[in-house]
Amino acid sequence: MAEIRVRNLHKAFGPFTAVGDVSFTIADGEFFVMLGPSGCGKTTTLRMIAGLEMPSAGSIHIGGEDVTMLRGAKRDIAFVFQLFALYPHMNVRQNISFPLRVQGFPRREIRARTDEVARILRIDHLLDRPLGGLSSGDRQRVALGRALVRRAKAFLLDEPLGALDAEFRELMCEELRLLHKRVGATSVYVTHDQIEAMAMADRVCVMDKGAVLQIGRPIEVYDRPATRFVAGFIGSPSMNFLPADGGLPAGSEVIRVPGGTVAIPRLHEALTSPDAVLGARPEHTRLCADGPLRGRVINVDYLGARQLITVDTGAGRLRVRADNTVRVGTGETVGIGFRTESLVVFDTVTDRAVRSTLFDGAVHG
Amino acid sequence: MSRASTAAHSVGEATPAGKALAAALVIGYALITMVPLVWIVLTGFKSPPDSIAYPPKVVFEPTLEGYVNLFTTRSRQTEAYIESLGPPQTWYEELVRKRNMVITGPSRFAGRYMNSIIIGFGSTFLAVFLGTLAAYAFSRFKVPLKDDLLFFILSTRMMPPIAVAIPIYLMYRTLGLSDTALGMILLYTAVNVSLAVWLLKGFVDEIPREYEEAAVIDGYTRLQAFWKVVLPQMRAGIAATAIFCLIFAWNEYAFALLLTSGTAQTAPPFIPIIIGEGGLDWPAVAAGTTLFLLPIVVFTVVLRNQLLRGITFGAVRK
Repeated sequence: MAEIRVRNLHKAFGPFTAVGDVSFTIADGEFFVMLGPSGCGKTTTLRMIAGLEMPSAGSIHIGGEDVTMLRGAKRDIAFVFQLFALYPHMNVRQNISFPLRVQGFPRREIRARTDEVARILRIDHLLDRPLGGLSSGDRQRVALGRALVRRAKAFLLDEPLGALDAEFRELMCEELRLLHKRVGATSVYVTHDQIEAMAMADRVCVMDKGAVLQIGRPIEVYDRPATRFVAGFIGSPSMNFLPADGGLPAGSEVIRVPGGTVAIPRLHEALTSPDAVLGARPEHTRLCADGPLRGRVINVDYLGARQLITVDTGAGRLRVRADNTVRVGTGETVGIGFRTESLVVFDTVTDRAVRSTLFDGAVHG
Repeated sequence: MSRASTAAHSVGEATPAGKALAAALVIGYALITMVPLVWIVLTGFKSPPDSIAYPPKVVFEPTLEGYVNLFTTRSRQTEAYIESLGPPQTWYEELVRKRNMVITGPSRFAGRYMNSIIIGFGSTFLAVFLGTLAAYAFSRFKVPLKDDLLFFILSTRMMPPIAVAIPIYLMYRTLGLSDTALGMILLYTAVNVSLAVWLLKGFVDEIPREYEEAAVIDGYTRLQAFWKVVLPQMRAGIAATAIFCLIFAWNEYAFALLLTSGTAQTAPPFIPIIIGEGGLDWPAVAAGTTLFLLPIVVFTVVLRNQLLRGITFGAVRK
């Protein structure tokens, strides 16, 4: 178990920069999720921590030791691959015990530790089976077992649930979380699925185009997105973005959008770009007759507990999340109100969120 | 559902009539291809007069004369001389004396056969060994000019090897490789290695890199990962490749005829020139051919499961 410290990590493949100057520190025992679209550099970063790729620049410390140039075997970490990478010519027991056998542990200890891990993962009845007949969930457990049996300093997981069916995924998601509670090892988990990330992470690290955009607890990343990309990537249905007028001084409390003026959290800094974007999540938007915007309902999705109403306004198309008691039909003209304290304003030049009272007390990593 | 769409799904279940038709076709094809083979095997057990009888004899009295003639050299003697030798010591001597001949020594067949085995298996091993390493490197490492190199390797197969027979003949004579087992092994390896690289590269490409990466993180070196993790998964591919290489090297006739004579001659150029009295000794030729076919048949039967997996490997994504 150990802290992982990544400093100014950089990786280029020829002219393409996969990871550009990334720094973060993962606390001992933390469940750290790296989230981003495919090609954002999250997997490359993970592979550099594992020693499967050598960084072009920067340093990696695991448990205080500089491992930047060490090969994977010397780093004392365990890696779980998306496609499990179980050795097809070995049975379950041989697969789980493989790392111990490679390192030449005594036979008795290999047996004891393999049995223990299998019990934790509830696959002890499968130990002598070949891999052939195993379900994908069980294969994933075997892959986890092979990682757990090492008692390594850290667990690195590269989209370990990506190859599972949706229903299995939810189950394994919960199991992984419980497993982490029980084992308590520092874990780095890479995924492109924001729901998985939000459900499992102690802290989420959102990446795009090789850069870290924001690191924080799931609730911080969700409520106080640092950039427009983070705001749009996290949350389903995604945040509404309305074009707005820029050029606001610090202390402003309203912003103009086509068709109305909307109250916003007081800005701590000036918004210099001539144009701005107002971000409002569907649940921070409501139908109300005296709202600052008016529009026509073009679609109503009834979702049981909630409904999702799509409205065309002068500022573009908005999605509004409403209780299932609201009665509204397609074609009606409605007013739209906002929950002022939750709105975010983005600078269109930097794409960063403008500091406001929304961010008061926020921790930024 | 319309007729057209059911027809499109006919890949699924075969009707009894369809199965019968398929079976008839397979049996018919098998008969056509098996007849010459069966004829050769039967001829090996005929006596020389039976083998050239017209109309051809299907029912005959089997004899091992062909095999005895294949492995021995004999000379014709007078009856008086043969009687003076006393009773024959062995069954094959008895067989030979019936035709007023005595065995004067072993024939060169065993030696030629041994040459075939050494050269065939030697070049197969070498081609597969080199091919495996090259295929792994091409599949896993950044090789400068990778595509050009692969194309070059393939291009060595674009003309029949015999097209370069004369340069090779001259080269071998200068290098002292003419009529040596080493020379033939190198030659067949050179021809086979391109096939081996291309076939095996396909197999390595199908093995996810994650296996090696997992093994490396778990404590193996790259070479150990290749040896203990990649190689076991390539077994089917290696078996299939080895068969193809062996079949080529085993059956190769033209180069063997051109480049070997006294010491390193293989069986293919030797078998057709087994001379008996008054022309070719057909039963001996047929016996030699039968023995020549055996190793490939055995090799293929032993590896047939690997081979089937190997040949269909990669056709379907798992």
